[in-house]
Amino acid sequence: MMNTSNPDLTTTLASVTFKNPVMTASGTFGSGMEYCDFFDLSRLGAVVTKGVADVPWPGNPTPRVCETPSGMLNAIGLQNPGIDVFCERDLPFLRQYDTKIIVNVCGHSEEEYLRVVDRLADEAIDMMEINISCPNVKEGGIAFGTDPAAVERITRAVKAHARQPVIMKLSPNVTDIKVMARAAEAGGADAISLINTLTGMKIDIERARFALANRTGGLSGPAIHPVAVRMVYEAAHSVSIPVIGMGGIVTAEDAIEMLMAGASAVSVGTASFHNPMAAAEIADGIGAFLARKGYGSVSEIIGIV
Amino acid sequence: MKYTMALVLDQAEIAPDIFSLTLRVSFAGQARPGQFISLYSGDGARLLPRPISICQIDEGRSALRLVYRIAGRGTREFSALKSGDEIRVLGPLGNGFPVDDYADRRVLLIGGGIGVPPMLSCADALREPVFAVGYRSRELAYLLPEITAYPEVLIATEDGSLGTRGNVLDAIRASGPKADAVFACGPAPMLRAVKAWAEEAEIPCFISLEERMACGVGACLGCVTKTTGVDGHSHVKNARICKDGPVFAAEEVDLS
Ligand SMILES: Cc1cc2nc3c(=O)[nH]c(=O)nc-3n(C[C@H](O)[C@H](O)[C@H](O)COP(=O)(O)OP(=O)(O)OC[C@H]3O[C@@H](n4cnc5c(N)ncnc54)[C@H](O)[C@@H]3O)c2cc1C
Ligand SMILES: Cc1cc2nc3c(=O)[nH]c(=O)nc-3n(C[C@H](O)[C@H](O)[C@H](O)COP(=O)(O)O)c2cc1C
Ligand code: FES
Repeated sequence: MMNTSNPDLTTTLASVTFKNPVMTASGTFGSGMEYCDFFDLSRLGAVVTKGVADVPWPGNPTPRVCETPSGMLNAIGLQNPGIDVFCERDLPFLRQYDTKIIVNVCGHSEEEYLRVVDRLADEAIDMMEINISCPNVKEGGIAFGTDPAAVERITRAVKAHARQPVIMKLSPNVTDIKVMARAAEAGGADAISLINTLTGMKIDIERARFALANRTGGLSGPAIHPVAVRMVYEAAHSVSIPVIGMGGIVTAEDAIEMLMAGASAVSVGTASFHNPMAAAEIADGIGAFLARKGYGSVSEIIGIV
Repeated sequence: MKYTMALVLDQAEIAPDIFSLTLRVSFAGQARPGQFISLYSGDGARLLPRPISICQIDEGRSALRLVYRIAGRGTREFSALKSGDEIRVLGPLGNGFPVDDYADRRVLLIGGGIGVPPMLSCADALREPVFAVGYRSRELAYLLPEITAYPEVLIATEDGSLGTRGNVLDAIRASGPKADAVFACGPAPMLRAVKAWAEEAEIPCFISLEERMACGVGACLGCVTKTTGVDGHSHVKNARICKDGPVFAAEEVDLS
């Protein structure tokens, strides 16, 4: 095999070309402001922002997070400042960087999602990611993401309003991810992303209490990586739209597994809490791997297995 | 704010299960009283940072002293660190106490339980600190040599083995110290009582809060406290303790 010292890291989803396949996972990176002191955000393929709704959401009571073996549970409850503050403050900040902007959207009802989508119509953003898989809010979120008919309906409604390509973010808390992936594709999604967190629970036995005020929370981090790889593989092999893979990626090797399973790009989430530079280091590490193995481009390894 | 390796200069158990750890770290000179740093476990299965307050700042040696209690697996792991070992850290984090605004005023420094260490870093930056510290017992009264080096110190122990019997508020009420401001750190019930006392005495009061953290830098919204007004970041009534705090003006936060 030829040894390529400068492999092509670009990847293209729904005719948007990213300089490399590494993105941040929504909710773990804010809008990047808190991480820009650690590395130049232009080293990322994209920043995917924290879920934003039409109005500010206060989120859940605390404790909202707890550690679990090789992972963590969170029940933030989508605290966010609402789309107006987001557009005035966060988007201008992100536009200073040479990276793509993907806005993650949340809502309790179809109308709420559509209000955010409409508000984003005239904003220079590259894609939007619709979170229909948050396990920590009672209505909306996961209620849409676990019923294939609802997935298809909300996808179609969003697509009818959206000016930018739409990524539907799927929940792993389903019996058959392939059905959900196909429903999003049938509704017209330009891409899908997965996995969101797996619903879990932790009990503080000393205090005989739930560790999280919300009782249940979403499990993320390396503990979920093999589950995520399996689901990304199944989803990627049941639809023809591109897949963004995430769940427990901590190293470049983890990201490469996801690409080989069929993801066209990857998101790094919980790893940033352990190492604020994780996403940038993973992007570099993918390049080094491709060079070492003599691959000329990322696209050569996508779905290779 | 830096994510880097720190060198252990020394570590000692200064009371049962309470350790004093001195780290040489590049950002020591930037640290301010009331800020904290995140310590990372060497075991990849323990992903989240352990936030620990800065107890003393030694700019000359580029060192930070931390004092912590063994509370679980992470702090137990740290307690085995020896001089010459390295540990991954992130800091300095958070806002800190307003020591500059009160540098030559009389400030009552209230520390309870494992909230005592940050008060020592404040005292080092103030002209007229007055300590009020509460412990469970004489045996658990750590950092006493450092604290009693200051001229004015009130001590309470729950069992009465040292100072006033009761909590730190009992000691304060017993002697009624005068102060231009109150800085406090300790368990939530103590902070509620301190807030109420300072309100009544009409003294500006600043308190340092604690919450479970994931990122430690303000990104994940895991560590919020309820606030009385709309917070500047999310425009709800939930401020981030790691970034907007850990120190808040008492009237800003809703401790109910
Ligand atoms: C701003 C701030 C400053 C602190 N300063 C000090 C200090 O100076 N000295 C000291 O002894 N302790 C301090 N603490 C508490 C300290 O962070 C915890 O005792 C420590 O994280 C426990 O870790 P563990 O692995 O031993 O316990 P485990 O129970 O095994 O920890 C599991 C998880 O819960 C978190 N956690 C557990 N207890 C707490 C807690 N009380 N607060 C926040 N997170 C917790 C851990 O960080 C970890 O992610 C501070 C906490 C905060 C938020
Ligand atoms: C603290 C936290 C907050 C999150 N917030 C969101 C969110 O607002 N919207 C969303 O679609 N996913 C959210 N997620 C899910 C992540 O984007 C990601 O799908 C999941 O954590 C799996 O990836 P990881 O293991 O790399 O973290 C959040 C995850 C965490 C840990
Ligand atoms: S710990 Fe993430 S916002 Fe404070």
